[in-house]
Amino acid sequence: MNYTADRPMETKTEKEIAPSERKASKREVVLDVKDLSIFYGNKEAVKSANMGIEKNAVTALIGPSGCGKSTFIRSINRMNDLIPSSRAEGEIIYEGINILRDDINVVALRSEIGMVFQKPNPFPKSIYNNITHALKYNGQKNKKVLDQIVEESLRKAALWDEVKDRLHQSAMSLSGGQQQRLCIARTLAMEPQILLLDEPASALDPVSNSKIEELILQLKEDYSIVIVTHNMSQASRVSDKTAFFLNGDIVEYDDTKKIFTNPSEARTEEYISGRFG
Amino acid sequence: MNSRITDRIATGVFYTIAAIMVALLLYLFYFILSNGLPQVTWDFLTSPSSSYQAGGGIRDQLFNSLYILVITMIITVPLGVCGGIYMAEYAKPGKITNFIRTCIEMLASLPSIVVGLFGLLIFVNITGWGYTIIGGALALTIFNIPVMVRVTEDAIRSVPKEQKEASLALGITRWHTIKTVLLPYAFPGILTGAILASGRVFGEAAALLYTAGLSTPTLDYGNWNPFAENSPLNIFRPAETLAVHIWSVNTQGLIPDVREVANGASAVLVIAVLLFNILARWLGSVIHKKLTAGK
Amino acid sequence: MAKASVTPSAEERLILTKKNRRWDEVRGRSLVTICAIIMIVATIAVTIFLAQKGLQSFTVNNINPIAYLTSTNWNPVGENASFGIFPFIFGSLAVTFLSALIAAPLGIGAAIFMSEIAPKFGKKFLQPVIELLVGIPSVVYGFIGLVVLVPLVRDNLPGIGFSLFAGVIVLTVMILPTVTTIATDAMRSLPNSLRQGSLALGATRWQTIRKVLIPAALPSLLTAIVLGMARAFGEALAVQMVIGNTRDLPGSIFDTSATLTTIVTLNIGHTTYGSIENNTLWSMGLILLIISFVFIFIVRYLSGRRKI
Ligand SMILES: Nc1ncnc2c1ncn2[C@@H]1O[C@H](COP(=O)(O)OP(=O)(O)OP(=O)(O)O)[C@@H](O)[C@H]1O
Ligand SMILES: [Mg+2]
Repeated sequence: MNYTADRPMETKTEKEIAPSERKASKREVVLDVKDLSIFYGNKEAVKSANMGIEKNAVTALIGPSGCGKSTFIRSINRMNDLIPSSRAEGEIIYEGINILRDDINVVALRSEIGMVFQKPNPFPKSIYNNITHALKYNGQKNKKVLDQIVEESLRKAALWDEVKDRLHQSAMSLSGGQQQRLCIARTLAMEPQILLLDEPASALDPVSNSKIEELILQLKEDYSIVIVTHNMSQASRVSDKTAFFLNGDIVEYDDTKKIFTNPSEARTEEYISGRFG
Repeated sequence: MNSRITDRIATGVFYTIAAIMVALLLYLFYFILSNGLPQVTWDFLTSPSSSYQAGGGIRDQLFNSLYILVITMIITVPLGVCGGIYMAEYAKPGKITNFIRTCIEMLASLPSIVVGLFGLLIFVNITGWGYTIIGGALALTIFNIPVMVRVTEDAIRSVPKEQKEASLALGITRWHTIKTVLLPYAFPGILTGAILASGRVFGEAAALLYTAGLSTPTLDYGNWNPFAENSPLNIFRPAETLAVHIWSVNTQGLIPDVREVANGASAVLVIAVLLFNILARWLGSVIHKKLTAGK
Repeated sequence: MAKASVTPSAEERLILTKKNRRWDEVRGRSLVTICAIIMIVATIAVTIFLAQKGLQSFTVNNINPIAYLTSTNWNPVGENASFGIFPFIFGSLAVTFLSALIAAPLGIGAAIFMSEIAPKFGKKFLQPVIELLVGIPSVVYGFIGLVVLVPLVRDNLPGIGFSLFAGVIVLTVMILPTVTTIATDAMRSLPNSLRQGSLALGATRWQTIRKVLIPAALPSLLTAIVLGMARAFGEALAVQMVIGNTRDLPGSIFDTSATLTTIVTLNIGHTTYGSIENNTLWSMGLILLIISFVFIFIVRYLSGRRKI
């Protein structure tokens, strides 16, 4: 395994499970990222990041291309394990355990921390089967229950009305925006705690884009959401907290309102006002 | 100016070479089909070959070729597909993987007569089976496995990375992802490769001469008991295939109508290979369209 | 979505869990690993068994390996039996190199035609032609050689028709599609910038091909030729049907000859298993195996030098 916690975790857990002491936050912290560094070979793509990701909130990650946003978000559900050269140091505490530990069952972890990618990637199967794919794998065979979960998750993803008459048609026949909502529905069907969205709307047209935004605002009632976006106005519309990444560093992490109106760092302001990146 | 002329000449030479290739193929096919097709009658296909007289057919040889092909594929496809999955998904870069790759290359480039010798040594002499269908099929397996491994590895590697990530991100194990996402997606590629490999197996002779043998016992096509001596399904009987038959009638020359029989058998063999080719392409594209329908 | 209070702890869900079919994963991984091991075992088995059997003529029958390889006297039966296989080694090498000599320029020429001169026509028309040529079984090549080429040579050239020459021609035709396919892949994988760069400097197409493209693709083109040679060297039946299979060194290219593969093919079936003659044939099989390994190492060496 490529993930190594650089300190034995027992020494720290007790006192740091508690919600972090950041002043502005009223919410519970669901993921506490501590000194997280991620390397590709010798290249440090994320440099000892610290961040308390809050429950039932939308956290936006912004920053210029190549600054490490995807790397950061992919390490939260251990998708970076797939890249042989990658290696992580530090801790991400989730419900009291460091999910970067070697003995974590990544398969179980990923079903609690779901992820949706930039490019819609439905399976070349029917809409229905796209959603039941993972459920069936987890042993759910009851047709009634499956039907119900399919409908529920499609409703949550605001796709039900558009596809309810064609559930058994190929998912490939959907439009890009519909495909992306299907991917979200597919992830929701797993009942995750946390939803990771890596530029979920960047490949879509403006209408689909705003549908996805609406969706995110609804979903935050039930889920904790982390979203990477290049669209500043989108970040300011949907998110509660925003982290600004630059060259692997988290330059600033604060309430979205504060970041967009009165950032403490000059670099943040420059980026948001479009002066670089 | 000079360089312009050389350029023209060179272009002319390249056109000539291309023309030679096309002419070669046209001639070979013309020759095989014009001489062979008149021989290929229903009677020729359904009557047994004769050892000394004229007028023999190729019924048993045709059956043997198909039967050995089927058995070879039954053994090779699972082994090759699993090997390909290992190479594409589980092999970590390093010495061991390199060594496996070298092994695959070595197996792939063994001359078929050497494979035949190995088969003769192991499956005929050491096991004491004598010339058998299973011996022939196992020998063919040896050089067919690397082909299937390569085909599978390529097909799996060409599955878009997004598909794999989608499944893994849903909390599905790698193995289940392979079974339910990667393999179905790679299926057309694997199928096409398997059919092309079948064409090669179907035409193979050198590896079979001394493993499946040069003769076929009298077969009773009504007897489906695979353990009976005269059952065509018995895998422990000798079996001369079509390709081997072409070689043996020409080399042993015991029948008066060598030319006719060899012409007819060659035509059947070439048409079979042609069909495998066309089938592979057609199936591959049909399934591919179906998979990506609506895109 | 909030889980009820009975939800197991994160520790139980994420670390101690027996769910999620870890066992399934283990089983799958073991299955495919076993298949990979089978390939290693097969390679090693082929090598060891053929080596052990092939060495018997030296270890059991006390034949002098040097004499075996260099003597030109092959007379395996009778009182004064003598086992010199040099004529067959010579025959194998001769057909291999001569056919490569003809097939290489033709194959590479066809590859250049397909990638540089007429890419569209090449892909649509010539490519299927070549794939079909690859698919024709070698006995069919041998048979056509026997009924067309041999009489043609007999009537128009010196000798009786069965000859080294006929073997070379049949092999040339057989390896031509192999060489062409691999060479075409090599030419096609050259970056377009090479072509444009050279043409922009005012070079003609032929100058570009000769001075830029061929040198850039050289290691891959050599690989194509070596793989063609490997195929020629290992081919048994097609050559056997046209070469005449005599035991003496050929005096000219129109004389009959024999190769390692043809002698093994003809005799392994009707010599007694375990006899001296039979063992010397297994030794030839071992030589074939070793040389085919040598070809692989040449190919590996070349691919290490590939720049593209
Ligand atoms: N598989 C990899 N191997 C090596 N380096 C990588 C790999 N993936 C990303 N990197 C490097 O890590 C750094 C961060 O990449 P990352 O994909 O996280 O950026 P990003 O912020 O998501 O950019 P974008 O906005 O373009 O998606 C980049 O410099 C990138 O080149
Ligand atoms: Mg990214």
